Amino acid sequence: MRIFLLLVLMAISPLNWAAAKIETWQTPKGSRVFYIYAQDLPMADIRITFDAGSARDGAQHGLAALTSGLLDTGAGKWSADELAQRFESVGANFGTSVSRDTASLSLRTLTDPPLFDKAVETMKTILTQPVFNQADFDREKNRTLAALKHRESSPSALADLTFNKVVYGDHPYAHSSAGEIETVTALTADDLKKFYKQYYVSANALVVIVGDLTKKQAAKTAEDLLAELPAGQKPADIPEVSLPANAKLQHIEFPSTQTHVLSGIPGMHRKDEDYFALYVGNHILGGGGLVSRLFEEVREKRGLAYSASSSFAPMFRKGAFSMGLQTRNDQTQQALDVMTQTLADFIETGPTEAELEAAKKNLTGGFVMRFDTNSKLAGYAEMIGFYGLPLDYLDTFPEKVLALTVNDIKDAFKRRVDPKLLQTVTVGEAVKLREK
Amino acid sequence: MKYVKILGLMLVIGASSVNAETKVHEHQLKNGLKILVKEDHRSPVVVSQVWYKVGSSYEPNGITGISHMLEHMMFKGTDKLQPGEFSRIIAANGGNENAFTGRDYTAYFQTMEKSRLPVSFELEADRMRNLNLLDEELKKELQVVYEERRMRTDDNPRAKTQEHFTAMAYSNSPYKNPIIGWPSDIENYTIEDLKAWYQRWYAPNNATLVVVGDVEPKAVFSLAEKYFGELKPSEIVAIKPQQEVPQLGIRRMVVKVPAKLPYLVMGYKVPVLKTSEHEWEAYALEVMAGILDGGSSARLETNLVRGKQLAVSVGAGYGLASRLDELFMLEGTPVQGKTANDLEVALKEEIEKLKYELVKQDELQRIKAQVLANAIYERDSMFYQGMQMGMLETVGLGWQKEKEYVKKVSEVTAEQVREVAQKYFKDDSLSVAYLDPQPIAEQKTEKTNEGAN
Repeated sequence: MRIFLLLVLMAISPLNWAAAKIETWQTPKGSRVFYIYAQDLPMADIRITFDAGSARDGAQHGLAALTSGLLDTGAGKWSADELAQRFESVGANFGTSVSRDTASLSLRTLTDPPLFDKAVETMKTILTQPVFNQADFDREKNRTLAALKHRESSPSALADLTFNKVVYGDHPYAHSSAGEIETVTALTADDLKKFYKQYYVSANALVVIVGDLTKKQAAKTAEDLLAELPAGQKPADIPEVSLPANAKLQHIEFPSTQTHVLSGIPGMHRKDEDYFALYVGNHILGGGGLVSRLFEEVREKRGLAYSASSSFAPMFRKGAFSMGLQTRNDQTQQALDVMTQTLADFIETGPTEAELEAAKKNLTGGFVMRFDTNSKLAGYAEMIGFYGLPLDYLDTFPEKVLALTVNDIKDAFKRRVDPKLLQTVTVGEAVKLREK
Repeated sequence: MKYVKILGLMLVIGASSVNAETKVHEHQLKNGLKILVKEDHRSPVVVSQVWYKVGSSYEPNGITGISHMLEHMMFKGTDKLQPGEFSRIIAANGGNENAFTGRDYTAYFQTMEKSRLPVSFELEADRMRNLNLLDEELKKELQVVYEERRMRTDDNPRAKTQEHFTAMAYSNSPYKNPIIGWPSDIENYTIEDLKAWYQRWYAPNNATLVVVGDVEPKAVFSLAEKYFGELKPSEIVAIKPQQEVPQLGIRRMVVKVPAKLPYLVMGYKVPVLKTSEHEWEAYALEVMAGILDGGSSARLETNLVRGKQLAVSVGAGYGLASRLDELFMLEGTPVQGKTANDLEVALKEEIEKLKYELVKQDELQRIKAQVLANAIYERDSMFYQGMQMGMLETVGLGWQKEKEYVKKVSEVTAEQVREVAQKYFKDDSLSVAYLDPQPIAEQKTEKTNEGAN
């Protein structure tokens, strides 16, 4: 009895720990700023994020990624070499990245003024005056093409690519951010300039600042960084994702010792009503690291794979729900059957009370570890800002998890994950998959 | 003028790194368990890591990879716990956990809300001495490890090339074997092999407990005494030195695997902190790695990716904290129309330049500025701080080396970089491997379940 009480108390205690305070405002030009004060280390993380990810590529797959990749290869009067030297001479780390939804510029710098100022000035120049030189463009395009070729030697990359194609059909989420050899080959430097002009604008920008800067310093930094960006417009929302009409199985014959298996459907979006039910349900099904049903059935009981897991990848629109594993070629059918049956059982009966209790303890007990570094805080601030989640998203996370019942989860999975619509991809050697 | 400005900058960075430093508290239990505690009060979180002085470089032929296999079996039950129960208890307490095996160490960790530290200690103490190694669990887990090998190495053309390259580059050093083990060794482990390995190495006097987080050192020491204090020490017999014989000429190989792009790996035999005649040599090699590949402004990316446009990607790497002599690695992928040989020639030219031209001061200062800044950035991760202490302690260098690192790197001169380049970067101690891509024929088949819904 005493032990029971102790566990209950432990599960609730993180609620008393307030997640970091996020403050938000708009710059005079209409960009949103999300700021968290973290004074312990003399450093700051700055991210500028645009709704300019690969979902904005149109038919030119790879356009958003190559645009982002070109930014720091020449800006203002500085060459790629000079830009890199400017950052690295003050110990700053700079990078650009794209996802399906976003394109970001990220800076990690010390906050001592001369170092900080030089790093921020360099970032600002990259953001506002990229030159898209033909020579830099040709080189970076060739590097992208080599990377696209290289990924064809990876069965896991091929499985990913094919899975997204079958799950999303003609939706802008269907292609990979890097694009394809044919579409990237067709890109020109002018395409990139046009894309940059349209999407890298104040109205479409989000600034995240986490670190040892006062609110006043953060406000000035954000304003300075974006001062020379044109106001522009926020682009129209990308279309909804529709569900596939029927189940599909696609096999790619590949000379590997293992077959990579991915199976799933469009899942949920960031502001989904079923977010917590699906999130916690998936934690039990296959998201919980070394403890989950898929891990237990595929790896622990049968030794069929090194990793076996499932996930939801919520985005602006529905990201994929997917289950994945890799197994010796001749075990593919067995592993796929176990995976499919595990899902079917979970949808049919939902989690047990004990499983839900364990998941709640895990998620609430480990709640504070979700934001114990500046990097993680910056990631949350960006997510909350970009997707328009409530500022108290983190603070209310434990209570939303604790409020769930077995029926909530069972009901959500029944409505949202239809096993009859599963899109399944296998990449490996000479497996004979029987028809379902 | 420029020089003065750079010096000023160094002082500013130097000052902040001093402010950011925190103390490490050290304590040893009577049974030999060493405990290192570093306070980090930014969040109510604690990282706890147990490091054992055993890894793939301790393994004799025939059972390569057994340290890694044992790492997997450490989750498979003790006298008190059922297989998998360890992980369920950690999960129910909100913890993240896992383990990793290297050439010189095997380590287990949990990250938890700070009040749960006793849970971690109780479980780790239990499996330090009371592991219940079961044959039927080994049979299943052996398959898992084999799948892990397929995924990481067998189906990955570059990893496979590196594995073959490493086996060629070393003559007798145990670093020649892959950490995960050779396939036929994995297939033939017996439960007796694992029991013997566990008995031989898993004891408090062969382990270091590292704790970083929102804790009070004295409280951690008494908690450790409570859970680990009763464990019996073992007699640990030191392993033989297995010092690598000098290499007597360049070694070359071609690895033919299904792949789309060629790839090049090169390695020069070099000493590490623990084995170098003069300690500064290891730091000079570290700086040399930075000059070649310390960021986008470093020489390889500036000269080979952007300047000559020979490579789509290129890198250099050196780890000074190994137990035995290392390889200073260079690797890269040539651009279309260039060969691995073209890239090899260009990489050697970069090495030659370091032998005959002194590195410019601003270039040297840039590397040092990055090292200083990184020392602060790394403090954003408690896990990483624990890793550094645990690794240094476990290879026998002592955790104190972490504190010296920034200072020692700052002291490296351009002349010292030139000296190590001349001394160690000779063709006679070089090994080279080319990946020769073999065709991949892809075929798609599709099945649709019409009307299934």
